Amino acid sequence: MPTDALCTANPHAAADLPPVIVGAGPAGVRAAEALLAAGLAPILIDEGAAAGGRIYQRQPPGFTRDAATLHGTEAGKATALHTAFDAIAARIDWRPGTLVWAVRPGELHLHRDGRAETLPFRDLILATGAMDRLIPLPGWTLPGVFSLGGAQIALKTQAVAIGRQVAFVGTGPLLWLLAHQYRKAGGGIAAVIDTTPSATKRRQILGLLTQPGMLARGLSYMLGLRRAGVRIVEGAMPEAILGEGRVQGLRWRDARGRVQESVCDAVAMGWHLRPEAQLAELAGVPFRFNPRQRNWEPDKDPTGRTAVPGVYLAGDGAGIEGADAAEIAGARAALSLLQDRGRAVDAGLLAALDRRAGAMLAFRHALDAAFPFPHALAAGIADDVMVCRCEAITAGELRAAVDPGGAMEINRAKAFSRLGMGRCQGRVCAPAAAEIIAARLGAPVEAVGRLRAQAPVKPLPAAARSTP
Amino acid sequence: MNQAIFTRLAETGRPRIAFTLDSRPVEALAGDTLLTAILTQAASVRESEFGDGPRAGLCLMGACQECWVMLDGHGPVRACTTPLEAGMAVRLRRRHAD
Ligand SMILES: Cc1cc2nc3c(=O)[nH]c(=O)nc-3n(C[C@H](O)[C@H](O)[C@H](O)COP(=O)(O)OP(=O)(O)OC[C@H]3O[C@@H](n4cnc5c(N)ncnc54)[C@H](O)[C@@H]3O)c2cc1C
Ligand code: FES
Repeated sequence: MPTDALCTANPHAAADLPPVIVGAGPAGVRAAEALLAAGLAPILIDEGAAAGGRIYQRQPPGFTRDAATLHGTEAGKATALHTAFDAIAARIDWRPGTLVWAVRPGELHLHRDGRAETLPFRDLILATGAMDRLIPLPGWTLPGVFSLGGAQIALKTQAVAIGRQVAFVGTGPLLWLLAHQYRKAGGGIAAVIDTTPSATKRRQILGLLTQPGMLARGLSYMLGLRRAGVRIVEGAMPEAILGEGRVQGLRWRDARGRVQESVCDAVAMGWHLRPEAQLAELAGVPFRFNPRQRNWEPDKDPTGRTAVPGVYLAGDGAGIEGADAAEIAGARAALSLLQDRGRAVDAGLLAALDRRAGAMLAFRHALDAAFPFPHALAAGIADDVMVCRCEAITAGELRAAVDPGGAMEINRAKAFSRLGMGRCQGRVCAPAAAEIIAARLGAPVEAVGRLRAQAPVKPLPAAARSTP
Repeated sequence: MNQAIFTRLAETGRPRIAFTLDSRPVEALAGDTLLTAILTQAASVRESEFGDGPRAGLCLMGACQECWVMLDGHGPVRACTTPLEAGMAVRLRRRHAD
């Protein structure tokens, strides 16, 4: 059959296809709003049941806590985003509960209610957000260990605490915010252990002062926890999560090298976030290493454009910048898409978005430097500690895979060790695994590369899978 | 003995829903995820297939895949992203280990 017969058989001329947005968090919702405002109703897809994304995730129907209880100082922004979404929901093609599990040129593979389907696209905005970055510790597979983000989802969307006495360990704004939220909600706190010394944070004060409101909020969380008598330790490193069958304590080493233990029945841990960028990778977007965050991220320019025509990125899925920046980036990417479709775009609006995005950069850079990723902790994980939880691969097995004659690059280490071959595709273990391999090879971490994503980006029930 | 991992802090006035955990009749609340329904009364959701002990989830956002459980008549589901429904029959242990 002649190929153009195939093309003309396509019911949609590509030019008529509505833009597709994946992710209905702050970035995706603002992108949808901007497209609709220009008369182009998008398809908005999210795996979750409701819009809002991670920070403004909605509680299920039947829950009664108000926005102030749920979102604190961010209640106004949460309500604004939900209101913006509710105002457009009926006028766009909103597809909740739908996982995008593969991207091929011009085609998305969706999975909803046990069924797979394909969706042709011409223009795609990926606003897929982020997940916690974790460091394996002895005992971290014990029931009662959760990520900081997971512990927050428990509280916000289920009104449960992850334990009666929770130890919070890691670094970054989410550590302090979450401890503050648990305290306000009446949760028990065993300790807050920040791996960053306070002097490191103080050194960034000038940069942090560029957003005085954010700085004041962060300081008030710290102060409130101290006033409430919560045990707070800075510059300490966790050594092990203790317990038989479940969490019973956390052992850590303070800044002076003394080993201490906190009694707790749950641990919330995390060291910032990492982009959920699997779809960007499948779409062919090149990646870059962000040395300030020590993360790989899909490469976009400040307008949201990528090297792949028709593929745009916005929000934390393209580099961790936070919720406010995500809203701006979503709208900005939508305007780029409109321009590329030959539509007129308000130059004043463009300039305003770019100005607001630019104004946030100094704060973001200061925040990255104020809460650095303790890569030596990850690199030094003892040989017997399980790094890959899906396939039960220890740090020692991983090191053996990179010993002389072994792998020089993380995907080869994966082939030798099975690390990252399990159900989570290395989402959980990849950052620590890269540090372990890099330290073993004496190479910079960016030199060992990153685990590559594969379709399906998340496991599907077998019956629903069709070959992409 | 209370084995629970999660502890409820608010929103406890929701309707109760009956389901079974390894054939044992239990209750949780409407609006719970399967993970919440399980971990407010049990100490884990599954045993590691590598024999290194129990697991109870990690991320609660559908990323880590640690929380898959078996639903009778349905197959494996991810507990943290599956809403609890009345009458669900959840298997935490493999059948032969019951
Ligand atoms: C658990 C968690 C809690 C956080 N809490 C806070 C907080 O309290 N304060 C704060 O300032 N920041 C918080 N953050 C940081 C947060 O990433 C940003 O503040 C903000 O949510 C980023 O917005 P976004 O639109 O880029 O992405 P998100 O809000 O993460 O939204 C991304 C959306 O994409 C959807 N998605 C991703 N992949 C797919 C797919 N393949 N198919 C279908 N849908 C998909 C997800 O379901 C999600 O709804 C948190 C992050 C995480 C991971
Ligand atoms: S707890 Fe991570 S996927 Fe359910």
